[in-house]
Amino acid sequence: MTAPAIELKGISKAFGPVQANKDISISVAPGTIHGIIGENGAGKSTLMSILYGFYKADKGQVWIKGQRTAIPDSQAAIAAGIGMVFQHFKLVENFTVLENIVLGAEDSGMLMPSLRRARKELKALEEEYELFVDPDARIDEIGVGMQQRVEILKALYRKAEILILDEPTGVLTPSEADQLFRILDRLRAEGKTIILITHKLREIMEYTDTVSVMRRGEMTATVKTAETSPEHLAELMVGRKVLLRVDKVPARPGAPILEIENLRVVDEVGVERVKGIDLTVRAGEIVGIAGVAGNGQSELLEVLGGMRAGSGSIKLHGTSLPLEGSGADASARRLAHIGHVPEDRQREGLIMDFHAWENVAFGYHRDPAYNSGLLMDNAALRADTAAKMEKFDVRPPDPWLAAKSFSGGNQQKIVVAREIERNPELLLIGQPTRGVDIGAIEFIHKQIVALRDQGKAILLVSVELEEILSLADRVAVMFDGMIMGERPADQTDEKELGLLMAGVAGEAA
Amino acid sequence: MDFLTIIQLLDSTVRLATPLLLACLAGLFSERAGIFDIGLEGKMLMAAFFSATVAAVTGNVWLGLLAGIGSSLVLAGLHGVASITFRGNQLISGVAINFLAAGMTVLIAQDWFQQGGRTPSLFSGGRFTPIDLPSAENVSGVPVLGPIYSELLSGHSILVYIAFLAVPATWWVLFRTRFGLRLRAVGENPAAVDTAGVSVVGLRYAAVMICGLLCGIAGAYLATALQAGFVKDMTAGRGFIALAALIFAKWRPWHAMGACLLFGLLQAVALRFQNIELGGITIPVQAMDALPYVLTVVILAGFVGRAIPPRAGGEPYVKER
Repeated sequence: MTAPAIELKGISKAFGPVQANKDISISVAPGTIHGIIGENGAGKSTLMSILYGFYKADKGQVWIKGQRTAIPDSQAAIAAGIGMVFQHFKLVENFTVLENIVLGAEDSGMLMPSLRRARKELKALEEEYELFVDPDARIDEIGVGMQQRVEILKALYRKAEILILDEPTGVLTPSEADQLFRILDRLRAEGKTIILITHKLREIMEYTDTVSVMRRGEMTATVKTAETSPEHLAELMVGRKVLLRVDKVPARPGAPILEIENLRVVDEVGVERVKGIDLTVRAGEIVGIAGVAGNGQSELLEVLGGMRAGSGSIKLHGTSLPLEGSGADASARRLAHIGHVPEDRQREGLIMDFHAWENVAFGYHRDPAYNSGLLMDNAALRADTAAKMEKFDVRPPDPWLAAKSFSGGNQQKIVVAREIERNPELLLIGQPTRGVDIGAIEFIHKQIVALRDQGKAILLVSVELEEILSLADRVAVMFDGMIMGERPADQTDEKELGLLMAGVAGEAA
Repeated sequence: MDFLTIIQLLDSTVRLATPLLLACLAGLFSERAGIFDIGLEGKMLMAAFFSATVAAVTGNVWLGLLAGIGSSLVLAGLHGVASITFRGNQLISGVAINFLAAGMTVLIAQDWFQQGGRTPSLFSGGRFTPIDLPSAENVSGVPVLGPIYSELLSGHSILVYIAFLAVPATWWVLFRTRFGLRLRAVGENPAAVDTAGVSVVGLRYAAVMICGLLCGIAGAYLATALQAGFVKDMTAGRGFIALAALIFAKWRPWHAMGACLLFGLLQAVALRFQNIELGGITIPVQAMDALPYVLTVVILAGFVGRAIPPRAGGEPYVKER
């Protein structure tokens, strides 16, 4: 039997009081795809960053191909044949593909000979692995799928034998993701070892040979993929049984609540981001906006939420809402009973250094219930916060804790609680479960469905197709600022939506 | 305006642009590596003082230059420790350096020389003297090209030639060497450099030190070539004008030279035409003197189009948790 490509023995790592990795041991056979799955904050990325020399482990050993190897920094990891594709790409955006690949792996002090050699080498690599990219394109001019290829090529150019991919499909369209996995298959066939970190059960089931599950910094199990099931893995991840499907009855859409006609948005630099959208959201239904990030969904939400000006017309209950000027700001929208859970909770939903109770007041701080005369009634506000935290199972339920001290899932629960508990007629909700663990996802989805069942209208924007398909009643796909098509959620599938997301028009919607 | 006046004007443009150009290139290295440096002014001032002092005491201008560079490097190191090692705020560190230099130079000058915060005037040997290019005398009679060669190109101090040679050198280092590639990368995305196995800290210190070196030369030029000795606040905002030129040039070496020549020209015009009559109105000398500063404001107000600074500029590099 050959030695494992990688063996980790008893790795521990703490960040202050938080034990990110506890005594983790794992062994990866060469020429396989090994999945590591776990919730956010389970310690997957920390473990791989240790393997790549980005962090130093407090304890434990790394063995590569049967040799004990010290990895004090990334340089050592590269020398040991480890390459890593980070979740957030580590590319220099205004450099060309070629410059990015050469960076840090130059042959000599002079740049030109290195670039020339790299160009040749790149051509060979491209053909060997069918990883085609234009070496002279600038990174900010190519799509994320291409950028990821550059990251993979970077690793291969450095002669990586072991490739770690951290949440590689988070930013890809379904067809780009398929291409990625074809490339990974090919790399495996060439004898490379691949470690795939993900929180998507489907990817683990379809593409990996073995899978390790992490929970709260510990490795809870390592199993052969063929011998497990998604339900079993989810249970191992969360530590209890989880409902993977959203449990809901068919929608009974009523009268139109939100009517959008010919909505256009031009951004700060003069680029038209939303190009004439028509969309109706009815009472008692969830309309999901699918699309690859950056196709105008964010701008759409921001206009509706009063954070950005636009042109065209939007009506709520048949009454026109202004799209520009003083009546079009976020507080006017809230007065009109529109709740808004922004896409980026850390930048737009919360002030991270403020207490939970202060965050619960935002947007509603003029509410008479929170005020007494000229002063704010902070005691009432804190009591209200405590009540919301209990109802939404925010842990720990302490209104005095700063927003940044909560986990991603609990932060999101605070924002969702603030907006849903106002009982809005229309709820705008962007990326409700981005960076949220499975347990909290289940909870947030339940709350959204409950709001719908009270006859409210919900507009959901998400880049997670699975989420759209399971939560929405009707799906509209945005591409390049336009709606490519609308489908009832139960009459479509990832493949059809994926084509629409890539800009391939379906039959007229 | 006759031809000779134009040549003289351009000649003084070159002299006045030199300290700006050196400081501008200094800022270019630092900012391209992601370290903002508003302490160019302070470093120049400190270098001006120490170069003048050492040149006055020893009578050797080269020792003066070394002392100027050395003092500027000390301040650059301070900026590096504050903003790279301790991840402090780069602007605050820069402001501190400016104040430190403004106060310390005058204080020490008064303590050592008792001449009201000045250093003793420098005589030959203590100053950089003009260098005549080969056969400058002989060709000065040739029409047009003669004066351009003998007046404009010839007859500057060695530091002027160094400053203008630093432009292609900077371009070459930035765009044709491994160091340059890494330097530019670390100013755009230090994480990319770190994960490629290259030291972010090392690169940034190197950039800050090159910045110190060039500021040192700029300061020494002010006190030992352009003028003959140190006077209080003699940099007169040149460090900030150089920063404006850097933004105007969008952090590119050749453009930096163009921008610095433009500022130099304005300073030269202000020096030469102290009172201009325009349609019966006399423009006061103060208005002329203010020209370079007015242009600075105009440039910084964004009238020159969008300048995109290095993306990681101003942010200390911390590995994300």
